[in-house]
Amino acid sequence: MLQFILRRLGLALLVAFTVSFISFSLLFLAGDPAAALAGETASGEDIEAIRRVYGFDRPMLVQYGDWLFAALRGDFGESYYFKLPVASLIADRLSVTMLLGVCGITFALLTAVPLGVLAAMRPNSIIDRIALFLSVAGQALPSFWFGLILIVLFAIQLRWLPVSGTATWAHFVMPTIVLGYYAMPAIMRLTRAGMLEVLSSDYIRTARAKGASELRVMFRHALRNAIIPVVSLAAVQMGFMLGGSIVVESIFALHGAGFLAWESISRNDLPTVQALILIFSMFYIVFTFLADVLNAWLDPRMRSS
Amino acid sequence: MSETILNVKGLTIDIPVGGGTLHAVRGIDFDLKRGEVLCIVGESGSGKSLTSLALMGLLGKRIKVSAEQADFDGTALLQASPREMRSLRGARMSMIFQEPMTSLNPAYTIGDQLMEAMLLHRQVSRAEARARAVDLLEKVGITAAGSRLGQYPHQLSGGLRQRVMIAMALMCEPELIIADEPTTALDVTIQAQILRLLVDLVREMGMAMILITHDLGVVARVADKVAVMYAGELVETGAAAEVFGAPMHPYTRGLLRCIPQPGKTARGAPLGTIPGIVPSLVGEVAGCVFRTRCDEAVETCRGRIPRHGPGETHSFRCVHETGAKATEKERV
Amino acid sequence: MANTTVDPLLEDITGPTPGQMLRRRVFGHQGLIIGAVVVAVLLVIALLAPVLAPHDPYVQNLAMRMKPPVFLGGTWEHPLGTDHLGRDYLSRLIYGARVSLLIGVVAATISGAIGTAMGVAAGYFGGRVDAVVTFLVNVRLAMPVVLVALAVVAILGGSLTVVIVVLGLLLWDRFAVVMRASTRQVRRREYVAAAQAIGASTPRILLTEIMPNVLNNLIVVVTLEMAHAILLEATLSFLGLGVQPPTPSWGLMVSEGKNMMLFEPWLVLIPGAVLFVLVLAINLMGDGLRDVTAPENRS
Repeated sequence: MLQFILRRLGLALLVAFTVSFISFSLLFLAGDPAAALAGETASGEDIEAIRRVYGFDRPMLVQYGDWLFAALRGDFGESYYFKLPVASLIADRLSVTMLLGVCGITFALLTAVPLGVLAAMRPNSIIDRIALFLSVAGQALPSFWFGLILIVLFAIQLRWLPVSGTATWAHFVMPTIVLGYYAMPAIMRLTRAGMLEVLSSDYIRTARAKGASELRVMFRHALRNAIIPVVSLAAVQMGFMLGGSIVVESIFALHGAGFLAWESISRNDLPTVQALILIFSMFYIVFTFLADVLNAWLDPRMRSS
Repeated sequence: MSETILNVKGLTIDIPVGGGTLHAVRGIDFDLKRGEVLCIVGESGSGKSLTSLALMGLLGKRIKVSAEQADFDGTALLQASPREMRSLRGARMSMIFQEPMTSLNPAYTIGDQLMEAMLLHRQVSRAEARARAVDLLEKVGITAAGSRLGQYPHQLSGGLRQRVMIAMALMCEPELIIADEPTTALDVTIQAQILRLLVDLVREMGMAMILITHDLGVVARVADKVAVMYAGELVETGAAAEVFGAPMHPYTRGLLRCIPQPGKTARGAPLGTIPGIVPSLVGEVAGCVFRTRCDEAVETCRGRIPRHGPGETHSFRCVHETGAKATEKERV
Repeated sequence: MANTTVDPLLEDITGPTPGQMLRRRVFGHQGLIIGAVVVAVLLVIALLAPVLAPHDPYVQNLAMRMKPPVFLGGTWEHPLGTDHLGRDYLSRLIYGARVSLLIGVVAATISGAIGTAMGVAAGYFGGRVDAVVTFLVNVRLAMPVVLVALAVVAILGGSLTVVIVVLGLLLWDRFAVVMRASTRQVRRREYVAAAQAIGASTPRILLTEIMPNVLNNLIVVVTLEMAHAILLEATLSFLGLGVQPPTPSWGLMVSEGKNMMLFEPWLVLIPGAVLFVLVLAINLMGDGLRDVTAPENRS
């Protein structure tokens, strides 16, 4: 188990390192970052000055080394637009995004897992067909459009929920649904497939032979085994969700890290964009790492090996 | 203690399949007294396992089970509510399955799984259930039983797992144990060992047991009663001594020819085989199903097959009242 | 042997051929049929856009701004009304189908080529190649797609070509994963060993033994990634950092209609609904193909 964790940790670090290099290189996609920073009206001397001040005249790898070591200390440079340290800028916004992500994945799990279990209990029944339809339709639903429809319906027509902002829990209802539904189809399908496989296994028959109730068989014996792969999937989806929060945050004007990313991209604020890409990637890497460890711990066969 | 605990009459199992209905088990009768061991023998697909699962109420809703009578100590098993069946299963009747490798839940410890039935059915504390589990693990010959409780199934060998399965079935001291080929998945060297252990425990605790097997050598040693199944029918049934002493049905005699008998089978002599395959049971099944493989088959085998009872408990189904014994003698 | 009863199962042996059974499965599969028909109809509409569109999708007419569709009291002159610049909404929708399908097909082709090459190599050679490909897939999955795509498109400037290339370079992960798994499966088969035994070259084995046997999985992923690319383009355009106006993209149309959503919700509902239907149809087709080509793998 320890060996597995260490190996997995090594892989995570290597992936993180590679991702950091890629997000740093984005800066150079633009050609001359100094020119981009100086703006269209700047003269040749202005651009030269900026190049020296920001150190763009040094070799790329040196710049990357500096950037990486600063980033490891939590220093992501200064935002071109806000003229503030990127780190504190992001730190201010991250709590909204995290809250949204946690709400989203909770919503997805609370709806998709029971639906998947019900569908597996009665294959080809009405419930199964509805679940299948929801999962197929869910995958095709553009989240920005879904968000707008919810706004038209619940905020404008019915006036049940506020359109945008973060003031109360009610502000988070629609963003949670829009962010969460995206993960539902995959979780639902995996739960259903896992339950179907587990329910046909010999140890479920053993549990029934002991006189365990149907509820006990379903939840204690079957779901406990079927849920193991769902845990990994949920972590992966959580990583995707944080990356996808940019859409939700822009629709509902939630001032989180996703909204900041959108603003910064529109404003060519590269240090902020670099830092955000790196941070969102780190979340994904950490979540998948934790999921693999949790997975190994949930599965006794892996725990003891 | 000779009260009848299980009484089955006309048990029928139909399975809907693509092309119609598979008549997997057709009207079988048997009964069992407390403390008796009944062996059901027959080849794969003869309906032995289906019969046992039907009695336990473990067949899916898709499969139709009916019977004139299927009573367990006064409870009509087929009419009982799911709730009543649950209170019987694991408590008063329990089952040991063929596949010890996959019949234990990989997510829980041996201890949890052993204690589960007892905690479900008896008003006992975890400590009491644990003590009982340790006691039984020792009885089934597992050393360091206390420390085994914390282990997971994948840490145990197949033989150990089957011992655990046996202990698990005994937890609530059931009155009836159904063991469905409990040793076929194990190494030949430990098959006999495990089986002897099971039979000794059953005798010691005074339980009734249905042992499903295709190993006639085992049957000869442990059975009080024998029921021979072929393609969903009971072709011959009776006290073990009578059936083995004077097998009547051509199929039973065929089966017995397939195993060497000390003192009877000459050294180097070829063992018998039964040619042919089991016919399809989809659609209407009429007459004797063994007729396609039977040396003694005649035209009347297509019609109604009478039941003959040469002994008090011994009976068989064949058109030949004597089971055409003459040919048997010629062969030996 | 005495008389033998007729085995009802025997009659099935003279039943349908594999080809008949495949056709039966295809036409018995509602999802596949519905999906394929919808996709085909939209494809024809996209190809015949200049013939079908009642107006030029780019011509503005500020005197005719935001006319409602016929079912909301508009006229047949503009069946789906006009947008905030007085452009005919139906014509823009029809030309928008071209953008969506073009992006779906080209992006899926680029990412399919990259991902398939990586996946087949990893699955066939194993060892170090496999380790490197798996690592690259991990890196790719760690990068947030929407964010990276937005940033790159913003830096390089939004145009149809840039969006297509960026999406093509980003969406190869699923191809690599699926192709790797199916190649590993096929690689273990006897006919691959047989080809090796008669001295066939590696490229030949890959082309004649491996590829034909992983093709059905590839087609399924192509459809699903097409849908994915179409959705992402719409998202980027919606966020203002994808296809740039005045190109008629469905995502852009939703974005432009968003400001008038309070009074004219149909401006948002119509293009979004069409996008939803197209993506749903492609997904139904992909799921259907998976069920039909590999019924035993149905989940």
